[in-house]
Amino acid sequence: MVIVGGGVVGAACAYYAARAGLTVTVVERGAVAGGTTGAGEGNLLVSDKEPGPELDLAVLSSARWAELAAEDGLGAAVEYEPKGGLVVAETEEGAAGLAGLAARQRASGVEAVEVPAAELTGYEPHLAPDLAGGMFYPQDAQVQPMLAAAHLLRASGAEVRTGVTVTGMSRSGARVTGVRTDRGDLAAGAVVNAAGTWGGEVAALAGVNVPILPRRGFILVTEPLPPLIRHKVYAAEYVANVASDDEGLESSAVVEGTPAGTILIGATRERVGFDRTLSTAALRRLARQAIRLFPVLADVAAIRAYCGFRPYCPDHLPVIGPDPRAEGLLHACGHEGAGIGLAAATGHLIAQSLTGARPDFDLHPFRPDRFPEQP
Amino acid sequence: MSQIVFEGRPVPFHPGQSIGAALTAAGIRSWRTTRSGGRPRGLYCGIGVCFDCLITVNGRPSLRACMVEAREGDVVEGGGRDA
Amino acid sequence: MRDVVVIGAGPAGLAAAVAAATAGLDVALIDAGRRPGGQFYRHHAAETGRLHHDWDAFVRLRDALDRLTYLPGHRVWHVEDGFTVHALAGDRDERPVRIDARAVVVATGAHDRSLPFPGWDLPGVLTAGGAQALLKGDRVPAGKRIVVAGTGPFLLPVATGLARAGATVAGVFEANRPYGFARHVARHPGKAREGAGYAALLARHRIPYRTGHAVVAAHGDDRIEAVTVARLDRDWAPVRERVIACDTVAVGYGFTPQLEIPLQLGCATRMDADGSLIVAVDVTQRTSVPGVYAAGETTGVGGAQLSLVEGELAGLAVAEAAGGVAPDPADVQRLLARRRRLRAFAGAMHAAYPVRPGWMDRLRDDTLVCRCEEVTRGRLAEAAELGATDPRSAKLLSRAGMGWCQGRVCGYATAWLAAGVCGRLPGADDLRGIARRPLAQPLRLGDLATDDQP
Ligand SMILES: Cc1cc2nc3c(=O)[nH]c(=O)nc-3n(C[C@H](O)[C@H](O)[C@H](O)COP(=O)(O)OP(=O)(O)OC[C@H]3O[C@@H](n4cnc5c(N)ncnc54)[C@H](O)[C@@H]3O)c2cc1C
Ligand code: FES
Repeated sequence: MVIVGGGVVGAACAYYAARAGLTVTVVERGAVAGGTTGAGEGNLLVSDKEPGPELDLAVLSSARWAELAAEDGLGAAVEYEPKGGLVVAETEEGAAGLAGLAARQRASGVEAVEVPAAELTGYEPHLAPDLAGGMFYPQDAQVQPMLAAAHLLRASGAEVRTGVTVTGMSRSGARVTGVRTDRGDLAAGAVVNAAGTWGGEVAALAGVNVPILPRRGFILVTEPLPPLIRHKVYAAEYVANVASDDEGLESSAVVEGTPAGTILIGATRERVGFDRTLSTAALRRLARQAIRLFPVLADVAAIRAYCGFRPYCPDHLPVIGPDPRAEGLLHACGHEGAGIGLAAATGHLIAQSLTGARPDFDLHPFRPDRFPEQP
Repeated sequence: MSQIVFEGRPVPFHPGQSIGAALTAAGIRSWRTTRSGGRPRGLYCGIGVCFDCLITVNGRPSLRACMVEAREGDVVEGGGRDA
Repeated sequence: MRDVVVIGAGPAGLAAAVAAATAGLDVALIDAGRRPGGQFYRHHAAETGRLHHDWDAFVRLRDALDRLTYLPGHRVWHVEDGFTVHALAGDRDERPVRIDARAVVVATGAHDRSLPFPGWDLPGVLTAGGAQALLKGDRVPAGKRIVVAGTGPFLLPVATGLARAGATVAGVFEANRPYGFARHVARHPGKAREGAGYAALLARHRIPYRTGHAVVAAHGDDRIEAVTVARLDRDWAPVRERVIACDTVAVGYGFTPQLEIPLQLGCATRMDADGSLIVAVDVTQRTSVPGVYAAGETTGVGGAQLSLVEGELAGLAVAEAAGGVAPDPADVQRLLARRRRLRAFAGAMHAAYPVRPGWMDRLRDDTLVCRCEEVTRGRLAEAAELGATDPRSAKLLSRAGMGWCQGRVCGYATAWLAAGVCGRLPGADDLRGIARRPLAQPLRLGDLATDDQP
C-alpha cells in the first residue's frame, strides 16, 4: 500500500498497517512532519470534546497512545507525558457548565474530577487566585508531534520517500491502483490519503470531493523556565471555541510546560486561507489569556511564534475509511485541531479496514462521501 | 570610577560601557551556566544576537549583558530566569 | 503617520534616512543600539574617530540627524504591512512603542557567521565581530593573548585593532588562500591603502598571518586556555595541527544578513555569492513588496562603503516615490556607478573567501552545534536518521535553533549539516526554511498583551 503524507496521521497509518503485515511506502512531498504536524502543539485531549463520534475516537486514541508509549516502548522517544488537563472556569456559570459537560463526557468513558476553587492551587500553584473552579482530566496527555511522526514511521519499517509529490492516481477502470509522482509511478493494492490540510487536493486527483479547508492557528513559545506549570491548563471557553463556526479570530489559550523548559501558549483559530502573515492581534489575545490564567507570565518573555493550518471539514469531523466512489482509495485526513491526538486511533482503524478486520468502531460518521457533491 | 555590584563584589565601569564589557574588563569571562550541561557561558557575539550573556539586573531577569549599559550601583547576577 | 521609517542606523540606514529627510520627508530612524553607527561605526561615548575608517562620512551623517526623528535603543520585534513598526524602547525597563509609516527602509545589517568546532562554547571564544564591538563600543580588548581566525578581510581590522589596544595577537589564521584577491584590491585605491595599513600594523606588532589555516578546537575547562590550529587542504580538511596557548579566540566566517523584518513583510529573497540569504532588490533598492526598500548588508554583504551608497539610493528612491524633491540625475548616476564598482569588489571578495565543506570534519559527535539548546552533532545525526533531510525538519526533530537565539548562531551550520545528509550544499530554500522569525526580538508577554500606541 501507499500512504500519501508523512505527517502524524500518515505515520500512524504506516505503523499500524505494517504491524498488520502490510508492505507500506509513504510518499511525502516535503520532509517528515513538515506539514501541519510540525506546527502543532501535541495535545492529546479528551477534555475538549462534546460527546459524539469525535469524543469516542479521542477516547480510543488516548488508550492507543498510552499503549504505544508503554507496551510499544515509544514513550520516551516521542516525549509522551500523561500529565492530565485542568480546565478552569472564571465564573460560577462557567463552573456549572463544566460540571454539566463532564457529566455527559463520563458516559463516553472520560474520567473527570471536579476541582473546587479552593483546591485549584494544589494542582497549579501559580494559577490566578480568583477563578471559580475547575475540572481535572487525567486522560489528557502530551507528545512531541514531530518526534511522534518520525518515530512511528521509523518503527513501522515502511519505506519513506520524502521530497516526492503525488501528482495523480493510476486507475484501472474505477479502481485506484497506485499513485503517479514527480519521481515515477508506484503501484499499490491500496492508497491512503493522509495529506492533512491538502487532503482535498489529493482526493481531487482521484476525482472525488473531500472538502478540507485550512484553519490557521498561532502558538507562542516563552523563554525556558524552571518547572512552573504542571498540567495542560485552559479556560472553559475553549470548548465553545473549538466547535465554533465563526470565521473571525478566536482564541483560548492552552498553557503548558514542556520538557525543554519553554511554555507553549496556543492556539488561535482563524479562517484566512494559507496566509502566514503574523497577526499581532492574535498574539495579543493569546498573551492576555495566558496572563489571565497565570499572572506570573506577564513578566516572562515570548521568544518565538509560529503558525500552522489545521485541516477542517465543514462538519468538524475527520474523514476516515474507504471511499466507495473510488475503490482502492482510503482517506485519513481532516482532523482539524486534534490530528495528533486522533492519529493513533485513525491509524488503527485504517489498518483494520485494509485487512478486512471488523473495525472496533463504526466509521459511518467519518465516511468520505458524506458531503454534497460539488456543483 | 563608577561601580556595579556583580554577585556581591564591586566591578568598576566607565560611563557608556555595557555590563558585559565591564565584567570582561574585570577579567570575568562567564556568568551563567547552561540548563542541561551546566556549562559556563559569557559573551559570544557581543551584539545581542546569541543570548549567551544573559544576566539579571536589579532583579530584572533575562537581559543581555552586551546590550545593557551599566549604571551606578546596578546589582547584577549571572543568568536569566532559568538559572 | 510618517513618510518613512528606516530600521537600522548603520551606514546604510543613516545614509537612507538623511537622504530622505534632506529631500523633505518626515523620517523616523530606529535602531537597537545606544549610539548611531551600527556595527561599522560602533563607537565609544567619547569617540574621536581615531580608530575608524571613513569617520568623516559618519560625522557628516550624524550631524544631519537633527533633520529627522532618531530613536536609539528601540528594538523592533515586528513590522506589519501598511506599515506598523512594533518595538520595545529602553534597555532594561522596556516599553512597547509603535510607529506608523507609509514606507519602510530595512537596513538591519548582519551578524557574524559562525562555524562550530569542539570547544567553541568555552568562555573566551567570541565572534570576530563581538571582539570588535567590545573594542570599538566599550574600549575593552576581549582578552590579553588572542588568536584571530576564520575567513575574510574583516579579520585584519579585528587583529590590528586588538594589537593597537595593547593585546597580544598570537596569530591570524585565514582559512582560505586568497592570492588572486590582491589584484581586485589594487584596483580600489581606498581599499589598497587600507590593506597596506593592516599589513604595516601586522608587521609592527609582529603578528603572524597564516593563510590556509584554521582554529579546529579550543581547549580548557571553564575558560579557553589553548587552541589547536590546523593547516588545511583545499577543501578545509585539517592536515597538520599544533597547539597555541591563548586566553581568547575571535573567530568569524563571514556574515549573515538579518532578514527577520523583510521576511515578516513577505519580501522575496535569494542566495548571494557568499552562500547567505539576502533580500532581492531592484536598481532603486526596492524589494518585491511595494513601499519596502532594503539597503546595506541585508541585500548582500559588501562593507560600509557599499552600504552608504545603497542607503543613499534607497533614501532618494523613497523620497521620489513620496513626491519629495527629485534627486539630481548626475548624483544618481554617480551613486549607481559607485555601487557597481563596489558590488563587483564584494563579488570578488566572496569568491576569494568561500566556506569549504571540510569545516564539518572538525565536529565530533559531542560537539555542540546549537549552543542555546545544547544540541550536539550526534543529535543532529539522529535527527537525520529519523528523516530530517532539510534544516527545518532537522530543527524540529533535534531542537537545534529552537532556543533563545532562534537559530541565528547555529542556523547556517545546521543548514550545511542537514543538506549534507543528502549530499548537497545548502540552497536558498534550506536557508529560507529556518530564517522566518515572526518575533524578531523576545518580548515580555505583559508587553505583548498591551496595545502599543502610535
Ligand atoms: C496551531 C496548531 C496547534 C495544534 N495543536 C494540536 C494539538 O495540541 N493536538 C492535536 O491533536 N492536534 C493539534 N493540531 C492539529 C494537528 O496538528 C493536525 O490535525 C495534524 O497534524 C494533522 O496531521 P496530518 O498527518 O493529517 O497532516 P500533516 O501533518 O499536514 O501531513 C500531511 C502531509 O501530506 C503531505 N502532502 C500533501 N499533499 C501531498 C502530495 N500531493 N504528495 C505528497 N505529499 C503530500 C504534506 O506535505 C504533509 O506533510 C494543531 C494544529 C495547529 C495549526
Ligand atoms: S554576547 Fe551574544 S547576546 Fe550578548
